[in-house]
Amino acid sequence: MIVANKSKIKKMAENLSESGAGRSLWKDARMRFMQNKAATISLFILISIVLFSFIGPYFAVWSYEQIDWNAMGSAARVGMPSIESGHFFGTDDLGRDLYSRVIQGTQISLMVGVLGASVAVVVGTLYGATSGYLGGKIDQIMMRIVDILMSIPYMFVLILLLVVFGRSIGMLFIGIGLLSWLDMSRIVRGQTLNLKNKEFIEAARVTGVTDFKIITRHIVPNLLGIVAVYATLLVPGIILAESFISFLGLGVQEPSTSWGALIKEGAGTISYDTEWQLLFPLAFFVVSLFCFYFIGDGLRDALDPKER
Amino acid sequence: MSLLDVKNLKVEFVTADGIVNAVNNVNFSIEEGEILAIVGESGSGKSQTVFAMTGLLDHNGSATGSVKFEGEEILNISNQKLNQIRAEKIAMIFQDPMTSLNPYVRVSEQMTEVLIHHQGISKLDALKQSITMLDAVRIPDANNRIRMYPHEFSGGMRQRVMIAMSLLCRPKLLIADEPTTALDVTVQAQIMQLLADLQKDFGMSIILITHDLGVVAGNSDDMLVMYGGEIMEIGKTETIYSTPTHPYTQGLMSAVPRLDDSEERLITIPGNPPNMMKAPQGCSFSPRCKYAIDTCNIDSPILSKVSNNDHFRACHVSKEKIL
Amino acid sequence: MSNHAILEVKNLKVNFDVSSEGDMPWTKAKKLQAVNDISFSLNAGETLGIVGESGCGKSTLARAIVKMVPAESGEVVWLGNDLLGLSNAETRPYRKQIQMIFQDPLASLNPRMNIGEIIAEPLRTHYPKTPESDIQARVSDVMSKVGLLDNLMNRYPHEFSGGQCQRIGIARALILKPKLIICDEPVSALDVSIQAQVVNLLMDLQEEMDLALIFIAHDLSVVKHISTKIMVLYLGNMVELANSEDIYKSPSHPYTQALISAVPIPDPSVEKNKNLIMIEGDLPSPINPPSGCVFRTRCQKAQDICSQDKPEFKEVSSNHEVACHFND
Repeated sequence: MIVANKSKIKKMAENLSESGAGRSLWKDARMRFMQNKAATISLFILISIVLFSFIGPYFAVWSYEQIDWNAMGSAARVGMPSIESGHFFGTDDLGRDLYSRVIQGTQISLMVGVLGASVAVVVGTLYGATSGYLGGKIDQIMMRIVDILMSIPYMFVLILLLVVFGRSIGMLFIGIGLLSWLDMSRIVRGQTLNLKNKEFIEAARVTGVTDFKIITRHIVPNLLGIVAVYATLLVPGIILAESFISFLGLGVQEPSTSWGALIKEGAGTISYDTEWQLLFPLAFFVVSLFCFYFIGDGLRDALDPKER
Repeated sequence: MSLLDVKNLKVEFVTADGIVNAVNNVNFSIEEGEILAIVGESGSGKSQTVFAMTGLLDHNGSATGSVKFEGEEILNISNQKLNQIRAEKIAMIFQDPMTSLNPYVRVSEQMTEVLIHHQGISKLDALKQSITMLDAVRIPDANNRIRMYPHEFSGGMRQRVMIAMSLLCRPKLLIADEPTTALDVTVQAQIMQLLADLQKDFGMSIILITHDLGVVAGNSDDMLVMYGGEIMEIGKTETIYSTPTHPYTQGLMSAVPRLDDSEERLITIPGNPPNMMKAPQGCSFSPRCKYAIDTCNIDSPILSKVSNNDHFRACHVSKEKIL
Repeated sequence: MSNHAILEVKNLKVNFDVSSEGDMPWTKAKKLQAVNDISFSLNAGETLGIVGESGCGKSTLARAIVKMVPAESGEVVWLGNDLLGLSNAETRPYRKQIQMIFQDPLASLNPRMNIGEIIAEPLRTHYPKTPESDIQARVSDVMSKVGLLDNLMNRYPHEFSGGQCQRIGIARALILKPKLIICDEPVSALDVSIQAQVVNLLMDLQEEMDLALIFIAHDLSVVKHISTKIMVLYLGNMVELANSEDIYKSPSHPYTQALISAVPIPDPSVEKNKNLIMIEGDLPSPINPPSGCVFRTRCQKAQDICSQDKPEFKEVSSNHEVACHFND
């Protein structure tokens, strides 16, 4: 009997590594990610930026809305970056502390990016997975809805929303969140169609697992790889969109600010020899975007080693 | 002089998790007009052996040793020379013909291109020769079907096209890597019959790589059994089937159910194929071998002659004990 | 072994809609007859082997029995109930009794779940209130049954070899103690030495648990070894159904004869002197099958009658049925 001979079975198990826990695909992916230098460094820098935006305020001498009357109007002469005056990054044209304002802008921009992407991930994944798994007519209808929404010029609608309902972060979220899940749902649907014909889904269906459980337990976990990759690439996209809106002057409301708004102000005053007003926010903006893209790249290689 | 002489062939792959010894000290030779079967399971190194010979290893693999074709060294020579040899003297066919056929180009173009490029003949002559070759592999209505695209052929027909293409330059050696694994049995029978007939007509040698012991039995003069990158047993096909002297060969033979026999229960080889990352010390088959003695776990056995000529095996245990 | 049929399939038909080249959106889709008028019955503890070449409908037949593909007409009577007439919810209780194992051992396991979760899933689905400790006990019990150590429970499918993955698949199929397991090419993706292990395992389990098996494969030697009776399919039609010994010793349908002669025997002295019956040509298109007997286009015995009348499925000797006009 096969059952009786335990020692034989033990021998068969020897091919496996010794540790007890077992390596999940996630652990494997984490190892591969760590081997990617650019991605690891980017992750480190990004974490530093996030930490800075939370710890930074404790070192600030000025708050982000406080006006240094000394520097007001004469930023080029008085408002340059210096340790003594407490304006580590200098001041803007109104004499407000750029250090505090960059921190505030970083918080807002990252929040918009991350929250916007999260909305897109949750809505897009569920919508796409449902549409792909159910298939047939339901799939057709759901995807045509996406097509219709996609054909609406995105930026135009966003600007209209902000103009009609007034400028607010809430409206910005709704506008960006409403539209950014469309791509996600399409990608997820494509992947789901692929997964749906895998034998392990069939195995679950034969056993009588309900559709809902199949989607949440079998399909979604296997989609997470591609979703994670796409989400990290979506964050910078949303930050860019927000910056563009702010650059047009429609984004966050004063005295709050964001990277886009800061860059706009900095760019407007560049001819007055106050280049720090542009360079500091711009540096944060560019470095963060680079980091997100590198991390996205690293994730893709780590999660889909075959598709390189 | 043998047509092909392989000596001490070793293949290594460098992977993220370490070095994999895919092929270890493989020696064999093949004479003109002979059919040699290489038998082994997945991971036995049977395919990597021929990939190394023909310079088709993946970029992270490297081969050492010597492979002499018609007396000339062909291992690790320049790509340009290899290309020429591969086109004119050594042909290969694979399990999936679509890997070697371009789906967007008509069969006629793909076939004539080879001839025009390597033999410098005119397009019209090349077309004529191609049609003759398709006739030779018994594709009905070759005149018209040569204008079709690869996907318009059925699986068996596609493999025929592939064989015709590989034979265009009249190679001395045809390497067939699992040529019928993806095909149905009735089609497999047709293709194997065709290969045997073509071999007689063209007088070439064939290396037949397969895991199917039935296919080997009917279609080879000599056979070579590989396991864990090493040769376990080599000799005349008839001899090995009638008196398998290696425990692995024996195990394989008894593990296959036979259609013309009714056995109550299959005799199995316990355990799983070796993990090539952590090849066991000594004989690679020792962890699964029921005859294994202490020496087997320490020393790798070397190929040594079994009583009659041309029959070699690599095993520490005496032949009498196994038979 | 009881002699009462647990599964009876009567006149089962499965059609697929296919669109062909040049079709417009409003063109009516053509019907592809994947499975045509198949009837058989299966007793507890018995094994039915289904053989045929790719495209003969053997996998579709299996999936139609478990309602994974909708049947056009016919009945699938499981313990007296026609499954095809039931709604999805009504079918669910029966899913405990019929399980399936698949061809690709790795692909049939969810790569994100560990072995313990995979094997326990059917149990959690049908008995959601089972306490965790019971589940663990059942899982380790069934793992030892298929020859796996239960300390592998926390590992993931990609850490196992093909043969072990197939054992995991079998363990999942066994945990609900089913009465029937449908095996869809369970050994064709495995190495020769592992094939034998899995075949032996299935046969042992069958004896121990009085399981009925439907064993689908293209390898006739394996099917003959494991089956009590064998059905030969060609282009969605049954051409022969008989005890496995009879089918090998006295194949009556020309297609069965050709199929058996094409199987290579691992013995040079037999194989090199064998008289091969070749079938020429390609498989006809299932969208437009030949009139009359489906095999006539490639049959050496074909006469006029074969193109006019579809041969009936007739008994030639006891428990040996053939669909051919010339079966005497």
